[in-house]
Amino acid sequence: MSERFTRFFASRWGIILAGATIGLLGPLLQKWGNPANMGICVACFERDIAGALGLHRAAAVQYIRPEIIGMVLGSTAAALLFREFKARTGSAPIVRFMLGFFAMIGALAFLGCPWRANLRLAGGDLNAITGLLGLAAGIAGGVLFLKSGYTLGRSSKTYPVVGWILPGIMLALLLLLIFRPQFSQGGPIFFSQSGPGSLAAPLLISLGAGLLIGFLAQRTRFCTMGAVRDVILMRDFHLLSGVAALLVVAFITNLALGQFKLGFEAQPVAHSSHLWNFLGMALSGLAFALAGGCPGRQLFLSGEGDGDSAVFVIGMVVGAGFAHNFSLAGKPDALAEGVLTVGGLTNAGMAAVIIGLAVCVLLGLAMREQKA
Amino acid sequence: MTTKVDARGLSCPQPVMLAQQAIQDGKFPIEVLVDTVTARENVRRMAEYRGCKVEIMPVNDEFQLKLTK
Repeated sequence: MSERFTRFFASRWGIILAGATIGLLGPLLQKWGNPANMGICVACFERDIAGALGLHRAAAVQYIRPEIIGMVLGSTAAALLFREFKARTGSAPIVRFMLGFFAMIGALAFLGCPWRANLRLAGGDLNAITGLLGLAAGIAGGVLFLKSGYTLGRSSKTYPVVGWILPGIMLALLLLLIFRPQFSQGGPIFFSQSGPGSLAAPLLISLGAGLLIGFLAQRTRFCTMGAVRDVILMRDFHLLSGVAALLVVAFITNLALGQFKLGFEAQPVAHSSHLWNFLGMALSGLAFALAGGCPGRQLFLSGEGDGDSAVFVIGMVVGAGFAHNFSLAGKPDALAEGVLTVGGLTNAGMAAVIIGLAVCVLLGLAMREQKA
Repeated sequence: MTTKVDARGLSCPQPVMLAQQAIQDGKFPIEVLVDTVTARENVRRMAEYRGCKVEIMPVNDEFQLKLTK
């Protein structure tokens, strides 16, 4: 019986079901309170968690997002139920940290991860096109390194408790979210009073959506980076059909809910600085490709016991702290009294994206196994 | 002569790439060792797509896939 479920989830229809579910829940979560075109965004929500913990002090983006907690724990539940929970670690953790760090720098330059890039496009934000093109370019770069022998090396099996560290951190975050303790006067835990961080669907709905997504994605191996990588690397459209389902269902749901607004300028939490949308996502795509998974996939792998993916996740959270403390994140377009101010990156933000690309290329070149 | 591919502990998409290389080299049967269900399913899908017959045997908590033409 369990084997039959495993076969279904591994099939084309399984991955389409996962993508369609995410495509439905994204716009619905927005309807229920999450920020516009940000029903689900792994990068943005990890950034909000970093803010809630005071790792950065951007007051508009601080909230412990239950979706992230749910995505990890839903994966843990699925992995335990199907006997796939397996603690493993030891495959280049510090490299994964760096890749997570720069994946976040790139994502916040664009203002979204690949998940949000698709949800933005499904909401009519045409800047997502440059972002997605950049993502594909970055992944194509990663494929070149993979083809020339790039490897992170092997992980090995370890004590079960190691696999529980990130799920454990998620449980701790859930407690902090429920009890909202204040650790000092004017100190964390921070919850945004205005801006995107203050916009949130009800806790139980967000948590439930995250759990469902985590469960389905663990079973189907849904991955927005792998989708593009597999097409470039071996003309395999399996994962891409999941992402296509996400895009189509989110588009239809947005139309039905009246959330579709077509255009480039003054889109919600987005900027129309095209070059940096492209380069930001290119950096993310390259980092995800070198790390073997998109930010969502890293959460799901962490949930099933992968300690190396957990390090990538922590790298992303720390990257978010740096992005806001050092003003590296993209500034959204602003429309005030009919006057459009195009947002984009500070000089430091541009430098950070270039440095990130350079670091990823260096790692890609230097970590190649000699072919026998 | 059996070709052996040890893909245990490797991140995506390396297990699939190694197995694919072995299929292209054409020295059947091919034995692929993997340590996760993800890698098992990915290799199985790729091999079946390329016209191989795939036999899966659990070995402790890992898997051995035997690919034949």
